[in-house]
Amino acid sequence: MKPSLFKVLSWWKVLTIILLLYTAFAGFLLPVPRLPILNETIRNLYFHVPMWFAMIFILFISVVYSILYLANGKMKNDNMAVETANTGIVFGIMGLLTGMVWAKFTWGTFWTGDPKLNAAAVGMLVYLAYAILRGSFSDDQQRARISAIYNIFAFPVLVVLLFVLPRMAQDSLHPGMGGNPAFNQYDLNSTMRLVFYPAVLAFMLLSYWIATVRTRLRNLEYKMSGIQ
Amino acid sequence: MKKIVINLSLLFMLTFSLLAQENVTPQNKAEEVEMADKFRADGKIYVVVSVVAILFAGLLVYLISLDRKVRKMEDELEGGAHK
Repeated sequence: MKPSLFKVLSWWKVLTIILLLYTAFAGFLLPVPRLPILNETIRNLYFHVPMWFAMIFILFISVVYSILYLANGKMKNDNMAVETANTGIVFGIMGLLTGMVWAKFTWGTFWTGDPKLNAAAVGMLVYLAYAILRGSFSDDQQRARISAIYNIFAFPVLVVLLFVLPRMAQDSLHPGMGGNPAFNQYDLNSTMRLVFYPAVLAFMLLSYWIATVRTRLRNLEYKMSGIQ
Repeated sequence: MKKIVINLSLLFMLTFSLLAQENVTPQNKAEEVEMADKFRADGKIYVVVSVVAILFAGLLVYLISLDRKVRKMEDELEGGAHK
């Protein structure tokens, strides 16, 4: 507990670093259950799934800041809402790409018309539309207000797309869907939880870190444009 | 304090029961499933681990430097604005 370390980096950033490096090591070296077809790719659980957890987490933060913006009209809240949404989009795209690679080697194809996959893709489109919507205003206040309202409605749509509709589908290859078990099947080995939960926390914190740095940059830009 | 001790001991008991469960699972069938055993026996998995660790560390260093750069700008701009 050196206070000087926390002066350079706040405690949660130090925690992010520790957890990420832990994930890199433990994710490969700790034992995993032996399952056919999946084989060692089961370790993707530590890297693919946390992308989606981080995305949902950071997009939820985005909604919070959109509500704050509507409540007090401060531009820095809108800046945070945009950058958290942008970070969420990045993590979502990472989730899609990693899932596609995993699918290629376990299901035999990069993409299937699976309810979970299609819903995730549509969910990403909802947020890409948010980014496009923002670009279509010239007035700062108008852009901030309308996109905040859009953002607040986009989040529940995403939640329904990712967690409700795929579960209602009759059959799906994706774990956790259509009567297909998720974790519990793999989790005969409880050591997987020892990596999975820290990994989820690590990527959530990382997404927040990236979003805050980008927000601070945007705040500076906004301030500088006011000075000139 | 008493509560903490009770909670901790419960947590330990839970851990042990989970570990015990793990030992009960039949190993013979699971051994047939192919895993990266040879790869691991060769010790080369550590190459991959270190590559990924370097990758994560590199990205983190980049993020930290970005963070500090932004802070420096903040200090300059906000320090100037307040004066």
